[in-house]
Amino acid sequence: MTMPRSTRKDIFLHLAVIAVLLAANYVLPEYHRSVFSRVLVLAVFAMGYNLLFGYTGLLSLGHAMFFAAGMYGAGLPIYHLGWNVPVSFASGIVSGALLALVIGLLALRTTGVAFMIVTMMFAQVGYLTSLFFTTWTRGEEGLVLTPAMRTLDLGGTAISLSEPSLRYLIGWALFSIVLLLSLWLVRSPFGRTLVAIRENEERMRMLGYDTFRAKLSAVVLSGTFCAGAGAAYGILFGYVGSGFASIQYSILPLLWVLAGGAATTLGPLIGTFFMFYIIDYTSGLTSAYLLLVGVALILLILFFPKGLLGTIRERWAKWLP
Amino acid sequence: MAAMTPLIETRGLTKHFGGLKAVDGVDFRLDKGEIRAVIGPNGAGKTTFVSLICGRIQPSEGTILLDGADITSMPAHKRVLAGIAYTFQITSIFPKLTVYDNVALSVQRRLLAKGRVTHGALASGVEEALERVGLAGRAETLAGNLSYGHQRLLEVAMGLALQPRLLILDEPTQGLSDGEIETFIALVREVARDATVMLIEHNMQVVMELAQKITVLSFGKILAEGSPEEIRANVAVQDAYLGGSHG
Repeated sequence: MTMPRSTRKDIFLHLAVIAVLLAANYVLPEYHRSVFSRVLVLAVFAMGYNLLFGYTGLLSLGHAMFFAAGMYGAGLPIYHLGWNVPVSFASGIVSGALLALVIGLLALRTTGVAFMIVTMMFAQVGYLTSLFFTTWTRGEEGLVLTPAMRTLDLGGTAISLSEPSLRYLIGWALFSIVLLLSLWLVRSPFGRTLVAIRENEERMRMLGYDTFRAKLSAVVLSGTFCAGAGAAYGILFGYVGSGFASIQYSILPLLWVLAGGAATTLGPLIGTFFMFYIIDYTSGLTSAYLLLVGVALILLILFFPKGLLGTIRERWAKWLP
Repeated sequence: MAAMTPLIETRGLTKHFGGLKAVDGVDFRLDKGEIRAVIGPNGAGKTTFVSLICGRIQPSEGTILLDGADITSMPAHKRVLAGIAYTFQITSIFPKLTVYDNVALSVQRRLLAKGRVTHGALASGVEEALERVGLAGRAETLAGNLSYGHQRLLEVAMGLALQPRLLILDEPTQGLSDGEIETFIALVREVARDATVMLIEHNMQVVMELAQKITVLSFGKILAEGSPEEIRANVAVQDAYLGGSHG
């Protein structure tokens, strides 16, 4: 939270990361390009989570509901109503934002452990709802969005979103927008307000800040980013299922953010890559790969207690946002 | 001009915690431009009383008026914007942020209320507040690394940066050295030129030097009120402090 000082350096860093990721589309082998495109979309999920957990200090255990709200908000109308891609994407984002507003109003009446439990309960309700309406959602089995449903109509020419390069570029574009938005947000007066609420909420209230409203805005923004990721994931990879609403997808963004560094703008990306590749690599070695993942996480905690980027920032690069 | 409206007025202000009446039917007036000390034995309800005024806690009964307007149900953050700033008894700063950023949060709040926050306005507001408390050279220090006395001054700077009409100081000199107390007295005098000050204080030297009027609380009620000389001579006050009769 340094004020106007090192602005240029960190904007340059973020643009460089975005440029490298763009170049990756043209040099990576097919398998890794496909992994990267998934990671980029999931990193958006992690960035949304980080806004609430890292910057505002609110630990939610229910963010799968926002990811799933985006996914179903986009996937159901495509599948059942034949909506086109841009409209359903928007519908996914709006679903997530509205859900976040309602959940925020209710859950923010609690703090700390109670907040974790309440968000987890609501997410569980979301998961069970997706199973209950199995006629439309097909529950765990899920809905497969065929390539025909996932075409973008550009001035008469239909482009299929299942094309790997285009899919990558869309994931990349979404990631870049959310990354720059996050950077701008955390440097704005609003971002400084959130960090200060995390550090000392009572003091902020007595400095004249409506802390409830600030936290509610953070929940809505976070939910909206996560819903954007969910909607994009469903549309780009053609599958919408209850699994994405389960507790696992509430824990994953927490893990990604912790691994990469909470309250760092690039940490979520690094954490998501790290977790993805470590599982990818170890599962090729042994069927007991979770054992190795566990060892890796323990080493990470030992040597990078604040996550990869969080620890780098603390020790060597204080200017990192 | 008719009789001046007091800046703060309370009528029958009461707060009970379960069976305990921490503040019990207090009628209180504070005029504009005054320096008022609130004193009383431990547990007299001083902090509860000022917390009711700044809105940290809600009263059980009674009303609070700010400049004639009823603010009893106004939430704390709005009272700050209306001009009531509170500095905490237990130093409550942001230890992981720099001194600059601590004060910037106050200045930012004031600027947000007026519209836009620009870096220039932010920087000059912060500089001014730090200048007044004598911390101008420490802007880049992490607040948590300041000495205790300097943290108290930072706390005051955060209050000042809000440009309040009423600055409430809750035991500001607790834990300060004699030298720091001298500086602090000069600071409050300077602040009082354009704001009303209300301070809870145990240090009688500070109270006698600063206060124009003293309110003595005991068991949640106003025991006595008057000039420092009157309070010094008041037998009831002596009893309350020394516990029991002595003469």
